[in-house]
Amino acid sequence: MSEHEPEAPRDDGVERPPPGPLKSSVEQERAAAEIAAAAEREAETKTLDLGAGLSDRLIVAITGTSLRVTVLALVLAFAIGGVFLALSEEAVREALGYFTSRPSDTFVLAWEQIRASYAALVGGALGSPRALTETLVLAGPLILTGLAVAVPLRAGLLNIGGEGQVIAGGLVGGWVGFSVTGLPLVLHLPLALLCGMLAGAAVGWVPGVLKARTGAHEVISTIMLNNIFVAITFWVLTTTAFQVPGRADPISQSILPSARLPRYIEGLRGDIGILLALLIAAGIFWLMERSTRGFELNAVGSNASAARAAGMDPSNSTIFALTTAGALAGVAGCLIILGIDGRISPGFSSGIGFDGITVALLGRGGIGGSVAAGLLLGGLKAGGRSMQGATQTSLDLVVVIQALIIIFIAAPKLVQAIFRVKVTDDRTTQISKGWGA
Amino acid sequence: MKLELRGITKRFPGVVANDRIDLVIEPGKVHGLLGENGAGKSTLMNILYGLYGADEGQILIDDQPVELRDPGDAIAAGIGMVHQHFMLVPVFTVAENILLGAEPLDRFRRFDRNEARRLVTELIERYDLPLDPDALVEDLPVGLQQRVEILKALYRDAKLLILDEPTAVLTPQQADGLFASIRGFTEQGRSVVFISHKLREHRAIADSVSILRRGKNVGTLDPRTTDEQEMANLMVGRPVSLVIDRPQPTVGEVVLDVRGLTVTDPTGVRVVDGLDLQVRRGEILAIAGVEGNGQTPLVRALTGLQGITSGSVSVEGRDVTELTRKEILRGGVGHIPEDRGAEGLVADFTVAENLVLNLWDAVPFAKGRSIQFAEVQAHAERVVEAYDVRTPGTTTPAGSLSGGNQQKLVVAREIDREIDLLVASQPTRGVDVGSIEYIHEQLVVKRDAGTAVLIVSSELDEVLALGDRVAVMFRGKLVGPFPSPVSKEAVGLMMAGVDPAEALQRGDT
Amino acid sequence: MAVDASEGVSRRERRFAAFSVLVAAVMIGVFAQGRGGSSATFVLNDARGGLFTLPNLVVAVVPAVLVMAAVVLAIAVLQFTRGFGARAVPVVGGVAGLFAVSLLIWAGAEQTVSLISLFRSTLFAAIPITLGALAGVLSERAGVINIAIEAQLLAGAFAAAVMSSILGGPWWGLVGGILAGVLISGMLSGLSIRYQADQIVTGVVLIVFATGVTSFFTTQVLARNNALNSPDRFGSYAVPFLSDVPIIGPVLFNQTLLGYVAVGAVVVLQFALFRTRWGLRLRSVGEHPKASDTVGIAVLGTRYKAVLLGGVLAGVGGAWFTLDSASQFSREMTSGRGFIALAAMLVGRYSPAGAFGAALLFGFSDALATILQRLPVPIPSQLLRAAPFVVTIAVVAGLIGRLRVPAAGGQPYLKQ
Repeated sequence: MSEHEPEAPRDDGVERPPPGPLKSSVEQERAAAEIAAAAEREAETKTLDLGAGLSDRLIVAITGTSLRVTVLALVLAFAIGGVFLALSEEAVREALGYFTSRPSDTFVLAWEQIRASYAALVGGALGSPRALTETLVLAGPLILTGLAVAVPLRAGLLNIGGEGQVIAGGLVGGWVGFSVTGLPLVLHLPLALLCGMLAGAAVGWVPGVLKARTGAHEVISTIMLNNIFVAITFWVLTTTAFQVPGRADPISQSILPSARLPRYIEGLRGDIGILLALLIAAGIFWLMERSTRGFELNAVGSNASAARAAGMDPSNSTIFALTTAGALAGVAGCLIILGIDGRISPGFSSGIGFDGITVALLGRGGIGGSVAAGLLLGGLKAGGRSMQGATQTSLDLVVVIQALIIIFIAAPKLVQAIFRVKVTDDRTTQISKGWGA
Repeated sequence: MKLELRGITKRFPGVVANDRIDLVIEPGKVHGLLGENGAGKSTLMNILYGLYGADEGQILIDDQPVELRDPGDAIAAGIGMVHQHFMLVPVFTVAENILLGAEPLDRFRRFDRNEARRLVTELIERYDLPLDPDALVEDLPVGLQQRVEILKALYRDAKLLILDEPTAVLTPQQADGLFASIRGFTEQGRSVVFISHKLREHRAIADSVSILRRGKNVGTLDPRTTDEQEMANLMVGRPVSLVIDRPQPTVGEVVLDVRGLTVTDPTGVRVVDGLDLQVRRGEILAIAGVEGNGQTPLVRALTGLQGITSGSVSVEGRDVTELTRKEILRGGVGHIPEDRGAEGLVADFTVAENLVLNLWDAVPFAKGRSIQFAEVQAHAERVVEAYDVRTPGTTTPAGSLSGGNQQKLVVAREIDREIDLLVASQPTRGVDVGSIEYIHEQLVVKRDAGTAVLIVSSELDEVLALGDRVAVMFRGKLVGPFPSPVSKEAVGLMMAGVDPAEALQRGDT
Repeated sequence: MAVDASEGVSRRERRFAAFSVLVAAVMIGVFAQGRGGSSATFVLNDARGGLFTLPNLVVAVVPAVLVMAAVVLAIAVLQFTRGFGARAVPVVGGVAGLFAVSLLIWAGAEQTVSLISLFRSTLFAAIPITLGALAGVLSERAGVINIAIEAQLLAGAFAAAVMSSILGGPWWGLVGGILAGVLISGMLSGLSIRYQADQIVTGVVLIVFATGVTSFFTTQVLARNNALNSPDRFGSYAVPFLSDVPIIGPVLFNQTLLGYVAVGAVVVLQFALFRTRWGLRLRSVGEHPKASDTVGIAVLGTRYKAVLLGGVLAGVGGAWFTLDSASQFSREMTSGRGFIALAAMLVGRYSPAGAFGAALLFGFSDALATILQRLPVPIPSQLLRAAPFVVTIAVVAGLIGRLRVPAAGGQPYLKQ
C-alpha cells in the first residue's frame, strides 16, 4: 500500500502526524487483509468510478439492478404481454377450448396474433419517417416526466405526482398559449413554457413542503394532488375562460400559432419539443452529476442523517428536488399542449405520471438512462397507437407491458430466479422509506 | 447441558467470520468468549442460536449431533440468548415480550392477559429480577430491558444461556449484579456463554475463556490463572500497550462554554437538565455514563443537530445556539458522530466523497456550484495515506471498508482541518484494537495541537484513559468534572447516581 | 436550529386555531349570508316507513349557522390560548364537522334534504373504503406496506363482474372478487417478501398493472361481448324488526350483504388484532421481525398470510363496485377509492375501528358531495369530487408526523 511516496502535505497550518511506519509485520499483514476484504466487498456491490460513476453507483444502490436485468425485464414483459394478447383474441380462446385434442391450433393462432401485433408495434415506432417523428415527439414529454421522477428518486423521494404536475403545466401553459395575443413566437412560446414550468413547480413544491414541514409522505400527497388536478381539469374545461366560444364540449380553445412548438417537417407532428427535452436533460445531468447541489441531493437520498450531520439540509433538498421535478413535469405538460395536442382536452395527461416512473426506473435513475428509456417508451407509445389501428389491439396493452417491465426491474431477484442467472448483487432494492420516514 | 462446536465455519463477502472453530461448553460452567470487535463472537453465537446457517461444521448437545435451522430449534434444544441488540418489541408490554411465541390462551383461545401476568410475576419472583409486567418495554431503561431479555430465555427454560456483550449497557456495579445472577444460573445447573471484549469481566465471572481472533479460536484458557497482558496479546495477535502515552496537557483559554443547557425530548422530558460545562484549548474533557442519561441529546445540541430549550452554548465566545449545523461545523467545530453508519458516512459514496462530505461546497472542493473532482480526488489520496485508512482505493464505496477503517475515515475527515473544538461521541465503538489505539493517538495529537476536545463514551476505560478531566452524566445532569486520575470504582458509582463525594470516598477505599 | 421540541405542540395548536378561524370566516362570510331561503328542511324518515314517523327537522339557516360559527370561534380562542393537548385532533375533527353541517344547512335552504339517505349513502360509500383500509391494516401491521389497495379493489370489481355474469349469481361474483384480491395480494407479497422488491414501488406498479389488464380486457373482450359484463347483483337485506327502528333501522339494518360483511370484519379484526395470540404475533412481526424470529415465530409465513387475508377483504371491497354499486364493470371505476382507503388506514392509526371511523368520514364527504350536486349550490360539481382528496392531504399533513407506524413497515426481512 505504501510503496509510493505520499504527497507533500499542503501548507494550511494544520499539524498532521507523519504517515508513520506500520507497527509490525502482524499489523502489515492485517492491513493487507483489511484491504483485500474491502476490495472483495466492493466487487460484490459492483461500484463504478468517481466522476462518471456518481450516478451509476447510486443507481445500483437504488435499483440494485444491472443492464442485464433491464434487458431481461424487457424480454419478460413483452413475453407476458404476448400471453395477454393471445388470451384477448376470440379465436385463441376458442382454440383453447379444444386444446387437448389439437394443441397446435392454440399455438399457431396465438403466435399469429402476437406476431401481427408486435410487428405493427415495431413498425409504428421505427418503420417509416413518420413513425420515427411520432416516436421522437412522444419521447419529449416522457423524458421530462422521467426526469421528474429520477431527480427526486436520487434524493430518496418517490414522485408519483407527475400527472398533477403535468396537468398544471399544461393548463397554465396552454391558457397562456391561447389567451395571450399579439406576441411574436420568440416571446409568446417562451412565455407559455415559462408559465407552464412555474405552475408545475408550484404543484411539485406542495408535497415537498408538506414532507419537509409536517412529514406527510410524498407518495400520499402526490397521489391526492393528481386526483385533485384531474378534477380541476374537468372543471376549467367547462369555464368560459377555456372553452371555445359558443361550444359546450370540454375542450379548450386552440393554442395560437405563436405559441406552438415549431414543427420541423411539413405535415408531420414532429416538433422541436424533443430538442428542448434533450437540452433540459443536459442541464439536469450537470445538476445531478457535477454540481454541489447534486452532491447534496445524492447524499440526502443515500443517507439523510449523515447528510444532515455533514451540514446539509435534507428538508431543503426535499423541497428543491420535488419543485425541480414539478418544473420538469410542467414543461412536459407544455410539450403536450403546445406541441402534440395543440389544445387542452380532458385526460390529456392520462397515465403520464406512471410513464415517468417507468422511464426513471428503466433508466435506472440516471439522466442518460432516462433519456434512453424515454425514447424507448416513446417508441412503444407510437407503436402502440399504430398497433391499435392495424390489429385492433387496445392501447392498454402498452400499459400492461410497462407495468410488467417495472415489476421485473423492481424485483431483479425475480428475474434472476427466472433466468437462473447468478445473483451477484445481494443487496435489496429498497427505494422508498416507510411511512414514518 | 454440554455443548460442543466442531469445525464451525461461516463466510461473508470479504471475510471468513468463523474459521473452523472448536469449542466445548461444560454443564454448570460459565464459558467466556473474548475477542475484539469483528473477531466473530456474535456470528458464532448466531449460528448456535439458529439465526445463521454455518457453511461447515457440527454442533453437538450432550454428545449428540443436532441441527439448528432456526431459533425455534435452538429454543427446543434448550438454548437461550440475550442479544446485544435486544430482541424486544418496544410497543409491547414486558409480559407480552416475555411470552411472545409461547403465549397462554384462555378457553376462547384469546391471549390470556391475567394468566400472562401471573406467569411473569412468578418468573420475576423466582429469579429475583424485579420488573413491572405491564410496563411498556420502550419506557424501561436499558438495564431493565436486559432483564426482560433474560427472563424471556429463562421462561423457555434455557439450559444454556448466551449473553452477548451484556455489560455494554450497564454500570460496573450493575454488571456485578448481573454476575451474581449468572452465578445463580450456574448453581441451578445451567451453562452460560459470556461474550465480552473486556478482559476484566472474564476474570470476574468466567470459568474458562476461549479467545477468538479474526474468526479463529486461538486458545482456551483459565482466566483466573492467566495474566491480563497475555490474554490481550492473544486477542490482538501482537503485544498491545494497555496504557495510552499521554503527556501533560498545556491548557489554554475556554473554547466551549455551556451554561444552563436544557434539552427536552418530544414527550417533554428534560433529557439534558440545566447543564454547565467548559472545555479549554489543549485539554480533553471525557464524559462517562450509562447510555440513555442524556449524552446523545447533549452532543446533538452542542453540535447543532438538535434544538435546545434553554441555556447557552458558545464556542470561542460566539453563541452557536441559533446557528445551523453547517455554520457550526464551518465555524471550527469537528464532530465524530456516535453511529458512523447512521450519521458518520454515506455508505454508497466513495471514500473520496465521504472525505469531503462536510466541505462539499467549500473551496477548493467546489468552484461556484461545480464540484472539483480532481481536488476531491487529490485530497482523498493524501488523507487516506496520512491517516492509515486501509482501502483498495479512494473510489471504493465507504461501506465496503471494515468498521475500524470506516471510523478512521470519519475521524480523519473531522480532524484534518483547522478546528477549535472536537466533539467525539463514542469514538471507538465497534472498532478493532489497532484502530482504537490509532484513533486515541490522533485525539491526543489533536489536543496537543491546541484543540479543545470533548469525548463522550460509554466505555469507562476509554474515558479514564483519555480524559484530562473526567465527568459523569447521570439523568441529564453532569457530575464533576474531576481532574484525572479518578478511580474506576468512583466513576462507576457516580454512573449509578451515587453522590460524588461519597463515590470518591468509597472509590478510594 | 429553529426546531424546538417544547414549542412544537403549541405551534401545532396555533395552526389548528388558524384553521378554525378560517372555517368560522367562511361560515360567517358565506354560509350566514344565506341563499335566499330562510330555512332548510331535513327529513328523518325512510321512504319505506317504519314503526312510527318522525317529524321533519326545520332549521332556520342564518341563526343556526351563526351559532355554529360562534362555537367554532370559541374553540379557536381556546386552541390559541391553552390548547387541547391530546384531544387536539378530535377537536379539529369537530370543527370540520360543524363546517360540514353548516354547509349542508346553507345548501339546503328552501330545499328538502333526506338525512336518512345522506346517512345511508355515507355508510354505503364507506364499504369499499373500510374493506380496503382493513386490507391495509392487516398487511401493514405485519410489516408489508400495501399501497396496492386500489389494485385489489379494481381487480376485485372486474373479476366479480365477470364471474357473476358467467356463472350467474352474485355469490359467484363474490368468489371472483376474493380470488382477484388474493391474486394481487399474492403478487404484492411474493414480490416484496420473497423477492424483496421495494414495497411502495411494487404497490404503485400493481395499481398500473391492474388498471392496464382490466382496461385491456374490458376493451378487447367485455366491450365486444356484453354478456360477460352484466353481473347479477346483491339486493338489500332488511333485518326483521331492527330495520323498522327510526333512523338507525334504515341506516344500519337495511344494507346490502357487503355492508354487513364490512362492519362484521371491523369488529372481528379489532378483536383479533388486539386480543388474540394471532394478533400479537402478527403485530410483533410488523414491529420487530427479528425478535419474532428469535422466539420461533415464522416471520415470512405470518406476513404472507396477513397480506393474503387482506387480499380477501379488499377483493370483497372490490366486488362492491360491480355487485352493489354499479350495474357493470367500467374502466378505472374505482377512481381513487383505494387511495382513500389508504388514507383511512393512516387516519385510523392502523386500527380496524379507527379505519372504519375514517372511512365513514370519507363516505360522508362523498355522500355530501353527491347531495350538493343535486342542490342549487354555486360550487362546481367537478370540484366537489376533489373534496375527499383535499381532506386526505390535510389530514395526512396534520397527523402523520405524529403517527406511530409499524416499525418494520417497508423493510424486507432477511435472515442474514
